[in-house]
Amino acid sequence: MNDRERSISRIAAPVRTFAQKFVYIGLIVAAAALMLFGKIEPAAFERARAQVTDAIAPILDAVSRPLDYIHDAVGEGKSLLALREENARLRIAQDHLLQWQAIARKLETENKALRDLLNFVPAVGTETVSARVIGDSGGAFARTMILSAGSREGVRKGQAVITGAGLIGRVQEVGLRSSRLLLLADLNSRVPVVIESSRVRGVVAGTNGETLRLVHLPPDVVAAPGDRIVTSGHGGALPPGIPVGIVAAVGEAGIEVEPFVDPARLEVVQVLDYGLDGIIEFKAGRGNKVK
Amino acid sequence: MKPSFWHRVDRFARDLTPFALTLMLLVINAIPFHIPGFAQVAPLLPLIGIYFWAVYRPDLMPAAAVFLIGILHDFLSGLPVGVSALIFLVVLGAALAQRSFFFGKSFIIVWLGFMMVAGGALTLEWFLLSIFVGDLVHARSAIYQFGLTAAVFPFLAWLFTRWQLAFLQVD
Repeated sequence: MNDRERSISRIAAPVRTFAQKFVYIGLIVAAAALMLFGKIEPAAFERARAQVTDAIAPILDAVSRPLDYIHDAVGEGKSLLALREENARLRIAQDHLLQWQAIARKLETENKALRDLLNFVPAVGTETVSARVIGDSGGAFARTMILSAGSREGVRKGQAVITGAGLIGRVQEVGLRSSRLLLLADLNSRVPVVIESSRVRGVVAGTNGETLRLVHLPPDVVAAPGDRIVTSGHGGALPPGIPVGIVAAVGEAGIEVEPFVDPARLEVVQVLDYGLDGIIEFKAGRGNKVK
Repeated sequence: MKPSFWHRVDRFARDLTPFALTLMLLVINAIPFHIPGFAQVAPLLPLIGIYFWAVYRPDLMPAAAVFLIGILHDFLSGLPVGVSALIFLVVLGAALAQRSFFFGKSFIIVWLGFMMVAGGALTLEWFLLSIFVGDLVHARSAIYQFGLTAAVFPFLAWLFTRWQLAFLQVD
């Protein structure tokens, strides 16, 4: 009996390690195959991805709340310490803003008069959905965030995500109660924009770095550091005029744009429902680089 | 004597914990900390789980579990599906190959081994993604990520060692 057991294990052990090696290599091949498949068919895993995110969303939501609270408390403490400086700065800012207000009032009346003159059709009304940032899991090579609103709340793929300061990115995938936000800095992010002063169209592309790149400009267009970049509304998915960033540097490597919003500190964002789905098909996968 | 039914259930539940703990690290990795730039350089925690258990209890960290962790990581982080699965499997393979070398060696050696494997894994990730995108991807944040992952390793390894002593003693 004992002898028999021993002889079985003597045969079984090598068979087992062989089977394990086989499984190991099989899984490596499977992973590579999945990558290849995802490259060919970028939308293939969208549903599965959204479902997994949806399943984990409640956990992330619960965990991120106390963290947000701590973050807020720390921010409160810091701002208390900087109260004096802040006050002086705000006084100066207020003077500036009052000047701007006067200019804006003047332009508003002028604008209204000109619109009346032209029978101008105003833009479609825009609805917004507010969402909390509950996941920030990009890692070194992907820039995405998970939001606490999904199709249940009316979020749809391709919609613009903004804060008061400007555009953050677009909705990449939508689950029932969560959605994934593709940040401007992601390699796959492409947003149609115009240079605000010269009205020249272009596309702002993510580089996975801190700055964005302004590409697809018509030849011999001059952009200078300090130029504001806003969305153009081309493609119909994004409302025109959302601030995107400011030209930081113009060099051999191209035009670098510094975004207005730093996504790292975001807790609550707004998803814009522009009422249009967009005429450009929004691709979710990686590697859809516009050449 | 044959172990009783409840004894076996208990055993099974305990054996599942290395996998469950690594899954937990995966979720922790996705929590937003609102520290500027942190998300890009946050330590790749599941890598630590996989390496540690592959070295100390390879029977509890089979290739299929590693594959599953990798796929879930890809889903959660927005990476192309399969990239992390492939990298985690390579880490598993490397850890299993080094395993016998670590017997009786000090923790520093295990830590150095982890740094080598993690460095290789992140380089491989950068390489795979650059091929995938068809362009050289910025790698600076990956270098910081490597540093932080290596720095966190001793803390998690200590926790896992306590866990192993408390719940996973072979009886």
